[in-house]
Amino acid sequence: MSARAASAEVGYGPLVAALAALMLAAALASLMIGYARLDVPAALADVFAGRSTAAAVVLEQIRLPRAALGAMVGFSLGLAGAALQGLLRNPLADPGVIGVSGGAALGAVIVFYFGLAGAFALAMPLGGVAGAVVAALLLYALVGRGAGTMTLILAGVTVNSFAGALTALALNLSPNPYAAYEIMFWLMGSLADRSLPQLWLALPLTVAGWALLLMSAPALDALTLGEDTAASLGFDLGRLRAQLVAGAALAVGAAVAVTGAIGFVGLVAPHLLRPLVGNRPGRLLLVSGLGGAIVLLAADVAVRLIPVHPELKLGVATALIGAPLLYGLIDRMRREA
Amino acid sequence: MRIAARGLVVRFGERAALAGLDCDLVSGELVGLIGPNGAGKTTLLRVLAGLQRTDSGEARYDGRSAGELGRAALARRVAYLAQSGLSHWPLSVDHVVALGRLPHRRPFSPPSAADRAAVEAALAAAEVVELRDRPIGSLSGGERARALLARALAVEAEMLLADEPVAALDPLHQLRAMALLRAAARKGAGVVAVLHDLTLATRFCDRLIVLAEGRVVADGPPSALTDAVLAETYGVTALRGERDGEAFVVPWRAAGPNLRD
Repeated sequence: MSARAASAEVGYGPLVAALAALMLAAALASLMIGYARLDVPAALADVFAGRSTAAAVVLEQIRLPRAALGAMVGFSLGLAGAALQGLLRNPLADPGVIGVSGGAALGAVIVFYFGLAGAFALAMPLGGVAGAVVAALLLYALVGRGAGTMTLILAGVTVNSFAGALTALALNLSPNPYAAYEIMFWLMGSLADRSLPQLWLALPLTVAGWALLLMSAPALDALTLGEDTAASLGFDLGRLRAQLVAGAALAVGAAVAVTGAIGFVGLVAPHLLRPLVGNRPGRLLLVSGLGGAIVLLAADVAVRLIPVHPELKLGVATALIGAPLLYGLIDRMRREA
Repeated sequence: MRIAARGLVVRFGERAALAGLDCDLVSGELVGLIGPNGAGKTTLLRVLAGLQRTDSGEARYDGRSAGELGRAALARRVAYLAQSGLSHWPLSVDHVVALGRLPHRRPFSPPSAADRAAVEAALAAAEVVELRDRPIGSLSGGERARALLARALAVEAEMLLADEPVAALDPLHQLRAMALLRAAARKGAGVVAVLHDLTLATRFCDRLIVLAEGRVVADGPPSALTDAVLAETYGVTALRGERDGEAFVVPWRAAGPNLRD
């Protein structure tokens, strides 16, 4: 908690504008860079002219969903991470803490396990969303409305471990090794080979989740001084917890359902950006969402540039980059403390 | 504003923190809430601030219950300063004090001129203007206590409920903080402060409420803190004195023949 922590604060408007510009640049890079060489302006012209050339198809069916999903999922992870860190007042909280990402992964795996994935295109994402919702409901059932923050964390860890155990069980009992292999690869998280219908399925749920999370900003600011002070400033903490669990379940559940589990973005994005907003949890929300989108888009460009085949999974890449980065941050915190 | 509490009972398991407590608080008064550890002072303050459910009895604010008044209105009219001086994130003092304006602000709109003026006034009153850009975690315990007092003052509520606002302060700042609370009462706010320092309590407060085992055992001007009350509730005897027309009490010895020194 050094003096530097506060003096690093920069103007909020310029910061949001700069991050939004960076996010657009990263999305553009994601559109431009891929395995096939693509003349993006020409492909764009083809798309608008309604010509279904190969370039137009690549842009519309492959590159565009990948970039848009990258931005959406990254924003969800960064935003939910910042919101949960604010709620739990712990810089090590991330969407995994409350069990919704584990639940979403399990939901998708169950669909896969029972061979429903091939039944229709959206079966897996729907299963993922259902899993996230069930995890959130289970969390409520375990803690009840009046419970405190510590109970919420413990119940979240319980739900997450249980979902992890059931996922492992599905792998354990998998009827053939190929199914287990596919489940494992899906769990590593990736933006490759996703389609526009998946984006359209996830988008409304995601936006609803974002709204719930972003609306919590004043209450999260008040929580800085503890639960009694926040309540004395007029905030209903039971409602706040419900709002944030629901928001995280919708946004992160939809994200995991489409892309698989992608770790560390929700942990690292708030950590990197917190000093720039004067450590205010309310202001961190939007900023951390943009930061998460930038990190995920950049990582997804990186996995396509690294000449490794099969392609490095995005969840693997974010963990490989994220873990040392997080250690660096922790080390800095320790030296400044 | 008048807060009337009737028949408050709060149980934590078997133990009754409040055991049928009545009290009345009005604006314009500095009330010292005193009593030994575990007497129920913090629980009473939390009930009055609408933070603690009661097992029976309730507090009414100008005749209305907390539920009838509503969370937002209660937050604007009653400010609460918690005992623990914690801040989970290293916000600057400025940002911490501005949190006191949240009950008055529309969500997501910038602070109004009144909000900014209230923050400036609170920073000045608690003497933390020069600390305004410092992260609150970098302050000493006493500086932090003053910054948090400024946060509570910034609410500009009709009633300020402060749990041990001067416990962490050095003698100079204790005197200044007590004078500040008294001045706030003179300007029309009601102030209820949990105090352990009986000398400060008797010197500065208009009225003392003495709690023991969840009940009010004495309620009145500082002179109500008689030798009998001191012996019975705190188990101490006290020196009494007067200076410049102000009476004061200094706890001196443990009471009872076998407990002397």
